[in-house]
Amino acid sequence: MNKNKKLYFEIDGKACYAEDGQSVIDAAKANGVFIPSLCHVEGVKAAGSCRVCNVKINGRNMTACTTPVTDGMVVENDIPELNELRQAIIEVLFVSGNHFCPSCEKSGNCELQALAYRYQMLVPRFPYEFPIKGVDASSEHIFHDRNRCIMCKRCIRTVTKDGKNVFAFNGRGGEHLHVVMDEKLASQLTEEEAQEAMEICPVGAILKKEQGYLVPIGERKFDKLPIGSDIENK
Amino acid sequence: MSQKITIEPVTRVEGHGKVTIHLDDNNNVSESRFHIVEFRGFERFVQGRPYWEAPVLVQRLCGICPVSHHLAAAKAIDVLVGAGTGEGLTPTGEKMRRLMHYGQIFQSHALHFFHLVSPDLLFGIDADPAIRNVIGVALKHKDLAVQGVMMRKFGQEIIRATAGKKIHGTGAIPGGINKHLSPEDKEAFLNGPDPMNITKMLAWSQGVLEFFKDYYQKNQSFIDGFASFPSNHLSLVRKDGAMDLYHGVLRAVDSEGNKILDDVDYQDYEQYIEEEVRSWSYMKFPYLKSLGKEKGWYRVGPLARLNTCDFIPSPLAQAEFEQYKAVTNGKPNNHCLHYHYARLIELLHSAEMIEELLNDPDLMEGELVIKGTKVNKGIGLLEAPRGTLFHHYEINDDDQLTKANLIVSTTNNNEPMNQSVNYVAHSWMDGKAEITEPMMNAVEVAIRAYDPCLSCATHALGQMPLEISLFDVNNQLIDQKRT
Repeated sequence: MNKNKKLYFEIDGKACYAEDGQSVIDAAKANGVFIPSLCHVEGVKAAGSCRVCNVKINGRNMTACTTPVTDGMVVENDIPELNELRQAIIEVLFVSGNHFCPSCEKSGNCELQALAYRYQMLVPRFPYEFPIKGVDASSEHIFHDRNRCIMCKRCIRTVTKDGKNVFAFNGRGGEHLHVVMDEKLASQLTEEEAQEAMEICPVGAILKKEQGYLVPIGERKFDKLPIGSDIENK
Repeated sequence: MSQKITIEPVTRVEGHGKVTIHLDDNNNVSESRFHIVEFRGFERFVQGRPYWEAPVLVQRLCGICPVSHHLAAAKAIDVLVGAGTGEGLTPTGEKMRRLMHYGQIFQSHALHFFHLVSPDLLFGIDADPAIRNVIGVALKHKDLAVQGVMMRKFGQEIIRATAGKKIHGTGAIPGGINKHLSPEDKEAFLNGPDPMNITKMLAWSQGVLEFFKDYYQKNQSFIDGFASFPSNHLSLVRKDGAMDLYHGVLRAVDSEGNKILDDVDYQDYEQYIEEEVRSWSYMKFPYLKSLGKEKGWYRVGPLARLNTCDFIPSPLAQAEFEQYKAVTNGKPNNHCLHYHYARLIELLHSAEMIEELLNDPDLMEGELVIKGTKVNKGIGLLEAPRGTLFHHYEINDDDQLTKANLIVSTTNNNEPMNQSVNYVAHSWMDGKAEITEPMMNAVEVAIRAYDPCLSCATHALGQMPLEISLFDVNNQLIDQKRT
């Protein structure tokens, strides 16, 4: 904890310090506090799309990724009310996609799955939607499974080739809205860039082709410790 | 008045099935059928998925033998990615997979004999069903029950160490394996505390074989005479004719031992084997094309494997194999209940193979994966606990699966199981005025010999009980008993 930082704020009663302009989620991380998120990418402009980072700021529900810290701010994060809300959001994301963990390549490395474990999701309280949004296997290095997409916009905001976005939203509203991949641009991605695209996706919607299950069970990202432990144990 | 008997569900088998037996006016069996009433649909819903998912997705067919599906699919995908047809992998890749496979055979055979079959042998076919079950075994024969549980656990631990999980692991990947054997696991399997070490497992494997041989000596006429009928037999064998449960060439022999197929590359299986669909079952009926539907059916599994192979490449099992072959004077063994005998010899063989592999340094180091030039069709076969398992996949240029055809062990044994049911129905029920529980259990004993996995065969969830229904000449249900 760096006490030379300018702004003082509290998360669940813990004294924290932040740079001017720093978002609550980034400042929390710097102070060893985990606020869950599925859309936030550090250093990239916040989208506020997944709503999992919902916290109470001075008593009001706000997304921690889009709200900058102000001096004296009081943040509630790890409280039953919010954790229940987060569990519900995670359940919504599960039922609105086709998240078949048992055979998913991202299982063990999937942030949605890891959050479901952390927030002790059992059977979703909402009915499954079984969306049919299709898959796009046309590019050379990426297999794009739109049925698993949680529309966090991470890929739209970060995966580019020669300054152009490889992924974009298509359609308007409800079942019509989904993320599409530009086949030509995607095919120009190098294998390394395809791997990075797969890793930026919090779920198994973007897969690098011709490889699967390379990391043995037990050695995957969230096999040993729950998501957020790296921040909390720093 | 003619009747129809239905046994539903069939118990102490994996999956869900039923038997129907029609009796004529003189109470003689006029027709019998073993129906598989589950539907899974894996072959259809893997279509469109990327090929590298197949070994992990398709193994969800089964919770008993997922390793077999995992490895058969991986072998097929190896072909797709140009990594060879079972022989092209790195030594580490192939041997780790073999260790996983023999762990699977060991646990599955132990489960079948101790949990599913031993109640019939220990208490008798006609014993009270209330004690003729695995709980009865645990209460009356505690040592045997403990052995069964611990042997299964040992096999499951081998699977965990190689596949990552005891059930539904991810170890086999296109072109190889994703891990080495850890020094801790190796040490535990070789020298772990009693009884969880390979030395004890070998001793127990020999012990259970002695138990069966002793039972056989005392009940030879029953064992030899029960549902015994000639058939063809099919399995993979090593190129030199040795038993090899992981990889080999196809060999089929007739009931006299004449070779029908030999040295057949399984990539060409479609030239030799076809599947027939019958309206009353979700399970297909495979047969050898050259012999046609009527005569081309064959048995697979332990009985068939010991009939097709020339020898077993491990000393203890080979010695037992020689005794076993002497029972039929070297000719193929067509006795249904000898499946158990053959299965226990394979149990011992698996333990020996596990010991040999555990001492192999290739498991601890070396390249894990190789890659080659991709093709659009791959076929993978192996000898699963219940018999020859076929996985056939085709992909498009975008790496998506366009076709999957699975011929699982139990499907291969479909006609033999029907023949066995028919045989037992005739010999136990012909002319009898009343159908008793032991008669129904005799039908199940015949089915159980094959260790069928009906869930796999229909590519079901839940238990696998047997129901027998009795119908009169007008097809009206007269009596129905569930076991």
